[in-house]
Amino acid sequence: MNLNVQNLGFAHGSTATLEGINASFEAGRLSVILGPNGAGKSTLLACLAGLRMPNSGAAKLGDEDIAAMPAPTRAKRIGLLPQGAETHWAITSEALVALGRIPHLRGAGASADDRRAIAAAMHATATDGFAHHPITQLSGGERARVLLARVLAGEPEWILADEPLANLDPGYQLDILDLLRQQARGGKGVVAVLHDLHHAVRFADHVVLLHQGSVFAQGAVDDVITAPNLATVYGIDALLSKDEEGATQLLIKGKMRS
Amino acid sequence: MTSRFMTGLLLCLTLAAFLLSLMAGKVWIWPMSWAADNADGWIFLELRLPRALLGLCVGAVLGLSGAVLQGYLRNPLADPTVLGVSASAALGGVLAIFLGINLVPFGLFGCAMIGAGASILLLLAIGRGGGPIGFILGGMVLSTLAGALTAFVISIAPNPFAASEIINWLMGALTDRLMEDVLTALPFMAIGVLLLLTTGRALDALTLGENGAKSLGIDLFRLQWLIVLGVGLSVGASVAVSGVVGFVGLIVPHLIRSFYGEQPSRILVPSALGGAILTLTADSLVRLIPGPGEMRLGIAMAVLGAPFFLLLLLRYRKGAA
Repeated sequence: MNLNVQNLGFAHGSTATLEGINASFEAGRLSVILGPNGAGKSTLLACLAGLRMPNSGAAKLGDEDIAAMPAPTRAKRIGLLPQGAETHWAITSEALVALGRIPHLRGAGASADDRRAIAAAMHATATDGFAHHPITQLSGGERARVLLARVLAGEPEWILADEPLANLDPGYQLDILDLLRQQARGGKGVVAVLHDLHHAVRFADHVVLLHQGSVFAQGAVDDVITAPNLATVYGIDALLSKDEEGATQLLIKGKMRS
Repeated sequence: MTSRFMTGLLLCLTLAAFLLSLMAGKVWIWPMSWAADNADGWIFLELRLPRALLGLCVGAVLGLSGAVLQGYLRNPLADPTVLGVSASAALGGVLAIFLGINLVPFGLFGCAMIGAGASILLLLAIGRGGGPIGFILGGMVLSTLAGALTAFVISIAPNPFAASEIINWLMGALTDRLMEDVLTALPFMAIGVLLLLTTGRALDALTLGENGAKSLGIDLFRLQWLIVLGVGLSVGASVAVSGVVGFVGLIVPHLIRSFYGEQPSRILVPSALGGAILTLTADSLVRLIPGPGEMRLGIAMAVLGAPFFLLLLLRYRKGAA
């Protein structure tokens, strides 16, 4: 089922405002939301996750308004990897991943289904090796994978990730992007807010480029990440070319001179 | 050691501490004279039994509240005393006595509970966005303010006898409470404890921060009110009946975590048991200190708790550096 954003507007306090956003995200693709700081990327993702109520328009999962869905139902269908990789308390990796099952829990203990989903999520992210280590003792890359496993354990149809690569070394960043792409290939819908244009060029199936609270361009990578668009939105001078394998290569030369 | 074994052990220790509290004192009263029709039997029924019951309940309430508040604020330094909840409940109680509301049935209890509940709401307003230390600083502000206002009310109290009565109560003790007082406090504490025990799953989800918890379908608004009501009722009632007994909620969850791990839901029941054990044991020990009177439980706990708080503070500062 698609995620559709229809004429969505959002304004509240100091949060970035959104205006007249129309966008569509398809399952089975890795969609990337791009835009400079303050363009409203995280706000848009929060609306998709049902954490924020749009002032106008709606974000819909199929025909259902996400903001109007009961929280437990929404939590089962849409998983969010929040910004900042926040964790508290020195619980084990496995206990952290198990938190992803909260929307499914009935009564007291974990069912066989819960245990199977937790094991599968840890296997997919190669985190089962340190299942019993406290999360405080993991490296940044390991922690990021455990947090992603937490989202996968809930077996949501949609995975929303808000800057999942922040503070990770390049190798770990690629691990996470690979995992997100795998999930998309497996049929899930994936929407990620990213900062690095190179990652978007390499991994995105679909790009939504935000600029000052509105959609500046959306579509396939080659149609959206173009030199003129980057010049207008980011104020950078970029060179895009195709390499011998036909993949797009991005070179950022510097700031635009006005 | 499995957690089931630990819980069994805690239950046994709770029972032992309860029995100790029934027996210990200037006069030791052994089980065979509990039903006796003499001075021993009378001391047991009128003094020891209410005191032990009170220690059990007040300790459990404080241990559990500490565990819940630490989980909710994601701050291992939180506790009803540190956050100013107890001081605010005391202010509510003192105002009730000053204004004569304590003559209305449940007047003193009601005011203390409102004081406790309101202090959490205030704290959330002050401390939000201040990071882990924001709530602690907010709590310092609240408890200083509540303490100052309490002192002010005492200083303008019309008769010195009332003033000394108030001060006596404030210092925190389980002595000389009537069975009637205990039975009045019990239902409020029980309801508060039940409310707090339902928060486990939401507290676990908060391990991922507020957005993480919300995305898991947790209603944070509902959780906030559960905690305001639960802590308000239980800590309010415990302060109304026994004054300010500090730091139980700070010390106990820490000790419990070293056996049960840090997952917030797993330490709730053990913290209640641990709180009961600590309070009952400390209250038995203060009776055994030689000398004419006995040391106040509230004072004993503060003497024990303040250095513990400092120790934790140093440990976390080291961890953060």
